[in-house]
Amino acid sequence: MTDLLNAVLVIILVMNLFALGTSRIRAVIRTVSVQGILLGVAALLVHQHLTIPVALMIVVAIVIKGLLIPSIMMRALRDAQIKREIEPLIGFLPSIILGALATAFAMLIAGQLPLASQHYGTLLVPTSVATVIVGFIFLVSRYKAISQVIGYLILENGIFIFSLLLIEAMPVIVEMGVMLDLFVGIFVICIIINHINQAFSSMDTRKLVSLKE
Amino acid sequence: MTDTLIHVVLLITLPPLLPGVINKTKAWFAGRKGPSVLQLYYDLIKLMRKGMVISTTTTWIFIAGPIVTLAAVLLAGMLMPISGFKAPIAFAGDLILFAYLFGLARFFTTAAAMDTGSPFEGMGAAREVTFACLSEPALFFAFLVMAKLSGSLMLTCMLHTPAGGFSSAMVAPLILVSIGLFVVLLAESCRIPVDDPNTHLELTMIHEVMVLDHSGPLFGIILYSASMKLFVLGTILLHIVLPLQAETMWMNWPLFIVEIIGLAIVIGIVESIMARLRMCHIPGLLIAAMLFCGFGFILLMRYSQ
Repeated sequence: MTDLLNAVLVIILVMNLFALGTSRIRAVIRTVSVQGILLGVAALLVHQHLTIPVALMIVVAIVIKGLLIPSIMMRALRDAQIKREIEPLIGFLPSIILGALATAFAMLIAGQLPLASQHYGTLLVPTSVATVIVGFIFLVSRYKAISQVIGYLILENGIFIFSLLLIEAMPVIVEMGVMLDLFVGIFVICIIINHINQAFSSMDTRKLVSLKE
Repeated sequence: MTDTLIHVVLLITLPPLLPGVINKTKAWFAGRKGPSVLQLYYDLIKLMRKGMVISTTTTWIFIAGPIVTLAAVLLAGMLMPISGFKAPIAFAGDLILFAYLFGLARFFTTAAAMDTGSPFEGMGAAREVTFACLSEPALFFAFLVMAKLSGSLMLTCMLHTPAGGFSSAMVAPLILVSIGLFVVLLAESCRIPVDDPNTHLELTMIHEVMVLDHSGPLFGIILYSASMKLFVLGTILLHIVLPLQAETMWMNWPLFIVEIIGLAIVIGIVESIMARLRMCHIPGLLIAAMLFCGFGFILLMRYSQ
C-alpha cells in the first residue's frame, strides 16, 4: 500500500515541477486536473477501511478537483483567448530550480517533524509542504490572473495532501466544506477574470493598478 | 556461452531496426505509409558500397572519428546486461567505463567535426558538448541510485531486478530516475524534443551538423553507431521501467526484443506529439532530467535506512 502511495505522491511532485516549467496555460490546467484525480487516488490508498462517507468524499474530490474546476478554467481561458504566460516574474528554468529546492527543503524538514509512527515511511508530509511552496511560487511569479488561480489550486492541493494525515480524525463535513469553498472560490474568480478581460482587454494583473471607468 | 553469443548477435543486428520502427510509428501518426522498418539496413548496405570524398584539410582524426565511436559504443554494449542475462564483460566499477565510453565516442565525433575546419560543424560540436555536460550528470545520478539500491558497482548486478521485485522504498526514486533517463535517452540519441533527426542544413540541429562532411562507408558507420547508442541506452532504461522476467530463462530473449520494439514505438509517439524545443529551452529540459535523477537519489538516501 505504502509503495503505491509513494509512487502516486512522486508523480504529484513531478507534476509540480512540470507545471512550473511550462508556459502553456492549457497544459498547466490539464496537469492540475490530473493532479486532482491523483489526490483522490492517494486518499483512497491512505484509507485502511473504506466507509461510505469517505468514499463519497473521494468521489466529490475527484469530480470537483479533477473535472469541474479544470473545465471552468478552460472555459475562462477560451473566453479570454490567451494561450500562454509570456513573461513571468521568475523565468521558467529558475522557477523549476526553485521548485526543486523547495522539494529538497520539504524533504529535510519532514525528517525533523515528530510524526506518528505509521506516517514515517510515506512521502505525505514532504509532498504536501513541497506542493504548498510550489503553489506559492506560482502565485507570486505569474502575472496572468488565470495562472494565479492555478497557483492557488496547487496550494490547495498541498493542503489536501496534508489533511490526508488527519483523515481518521477529521470529520468529513470539514473536508466537504473546504471543497465547497474551493469550488465557489474558483467559480467566482473565473467570472471575475472574464470581467477583467472585458474591461481591460488583458488578464495581466499589473494593469489592474490603474483606475478605469 | 550461447547467451553471450545471442547477446553479441542482438547487439550487432538489432539496432538499425529501432529507427525503422520509430519512423514507421511517426508515419502512422501522420497518416502516411512510411518507409519499410528495414530501411536503415538498406541504407547501410547502400552506403557501404559507395566511395568516399575526403576533404584535403582533414587529418587522420576525420577517419578515426566514426570508427572510434563505433568501437566505443560496441564496447559499451558489451558491458551492458540484456534482460536477465549477465553482460559478456563485467567487473566492479564498469559503470564508470560505460559512461566514459560514451564520453570517448562524443570526443571523437566532435574532434572529427572540428577537423574539417568548417565553422558550421564546429558550432554543432560546441552544442553537442554543451548539452552532454548536462546529460552526463543525470546519467551518473541514475547510476548512483541503482548502485545504492543494489549495493553493487557492477552494471550486471546493478540493473538486475532483485529476486523479490523492487521493494517499497525503491518505487518512488525509480519513477524519478526513469523519467530522467528517458530524457537522457532522447538527448543522447538526438531524438525530437532535443534534436530533429530529419532536418538537414538547419541552424538548429546538433548531431546532423557534425557529420555533414562524412560520406559513404564512414557515414554508414555513423548512422549504425547512432542506432546502437539508442539500443544500448534503451536497454538500460528497460531494466528499470520493465523489470519483467519470463518463467523460463530463454524466453527472456524474445521478451526483450518485444520490449525494445515497444520502447521504439513509445519514442515514435513522443516524436509525433511533440515539437522540437527551441535551442534555448534544451538546457532547461536536461537540467530538469538531472534534477529528477538527483532527487531520486536524495529520496533514496532519506527513506532507505
